[in-house]
Amino acid sequence: MSEFLAMGGYAWYVWPAYAITLLALVMSVLLPIRRHKDLKAQLTVLVRQRDTTDAS
Amino acid sequence: MNQTKANPWRRRFHELGSPPSVYALAGRLAPWLAGICLLLFAGGLTGGLFLAPTDYQQGESYRIIYIHVPAAWLSMFVYAVMAISSAIHLIWRMKLADIVARASAPIGAVYTFLALVTGSLWGKPMWGTWWVWDARLTSELILLFLYLGYMALVSAFDDRRTASRAGAILAVVGVINLPIIHFSVEWWNTLHQGPTVTKFDQPSIAVSMLVPLLMMALAFQFHYGWALLARIRSEILESERRTAWVSDLVGHRS
Amino acid sequence: MTPRRRQRLVLVSLLVVGVGIAASLALMALQENINLFFSPSQVRSGEAPVGTPFRLGGMVVDGSVERGDQSLDIRFDLTDTAQSVTVVFSGILPDLFREGQGIVAQGSVDDSGLFTATQVLAKHDETYMPPEVADALEKAKAMGVQ
Repeated sequence: MSEFLAMGGYAWYVWPAYAITLLALVMSVLLPIRRHKDLKAQLTVLVRQRDTTDAS
Repeated sequence: MNQTKANPWRRRFHELGSPPSVYALAGRLAPWLAGICLLLFAGGLTGGLFLAPTDYQQGESYRIIYIHVPAAWLSMFVYAVMAISSAIHLIWRMKLADIVARASAPIGAVYTFLALVTGSLWGKPMWGTWWVWDARLTSELILLFLYLGYMALVSAFDDRRTASRAGAILAVVGVINLPIIHFSVEWWNTLHQGPTVTKFDQPSIAVSMLVPLLMMALAFQFHYGWALLARIRSEILESERRTAWVSDLVGHRS
Repeated sequence: MTPRRRQRLVLVSLLVVGVGIAASLALMALQENINLFFSPSQVRSGEAPVGTPFRLGGMVVDGSVERGDQSLDIRFDLTDTAQSVTVVFSGILPDLFREGQGIVAQGSVDDSGLFTATQVLAKHDETYMPPEVADALEKAKAMGVQ
């Protein structure tokens, strides 16, 4: 296992490359999904406000 | 309009391109793409990090290929998608094409950034330098600037339609960079080596190393699809926020 | 297709073709400057500048590497199979440096044709294979030669 982590002495190049890729790939789906959720919630509030003002 | 009613295929095509149905379709497709993407990543990473043999020349450092090459391929593929959708938007004024182009830009920029950073982390131990101004590296850096320029341009205008057209023209003009990136290693002396997999004859890579590479490339492809759908949904909600179907969507559920 | 759409299609196509031609002309004009390095033949024929730094690329000639006893000094020949240039360098070499390897050296050439390098970079090829396969290929090649 430690041999695997050492990557034949190139651990300091291989693992940062993988780490930054993982982070970037996860963020590039997580952020849009969260933004979509927020946007939907925001619009729900807006529509509800509009409906109540229309009704009164 | 009459024409649309007369031809059922044409009507289906228009329905397919209408924001509400695209929004719904994107929501239904996303989990599938996500699932396939994660499976491919699991397979590709296991193959690339554990099963693939050590390289005879570069030792273990070559394993960066499994993220560097897919990221570089996708950086160009996404730009091609962006340029084609921009052209469609310019010619046919199709709203969805504009949304695809806008949603693709940040994802493509991420792939380009990853290709540059992982390439740098690979270049230091193998070549002996983090960066060199050869034709391949420079043209890939220009690709990053094209993405960033597109995003800046699109957000610089208050009027959405003007912004879309200005961005689309930049995207179409920048497409000339794609053949330059691809052929740079053949047209000029570069430090970067020539193509491995896309050679016309046999790819010069052992099969046990090639299979995980192709899996990773496919995983990145699905990742793009997944991220694109997620962004498209927000883009559609944003641009259609004042329409009745969006009110129905968010309002009448409770 | 409506006339307006056709017109826009023509405009977009013209834009791409126009930019393509402009870029090709610019790149052709810059051809020499975009090359990262000169070859030993170019140095021998006097195309490379004398006295000012440039990059030299080629393969390290088998059996030409001489290392200093105590220092990091190294001396080797670089070839493009037609001509060769002798390079001297003092410093840290990349992991891939070895005889037969493609390298790119930054430095300048003096009147006698000796190239003094300030930096040596390795250029690897596009081949990837396990060590056993490389060994087998080497053996097969050696047997074919004999």
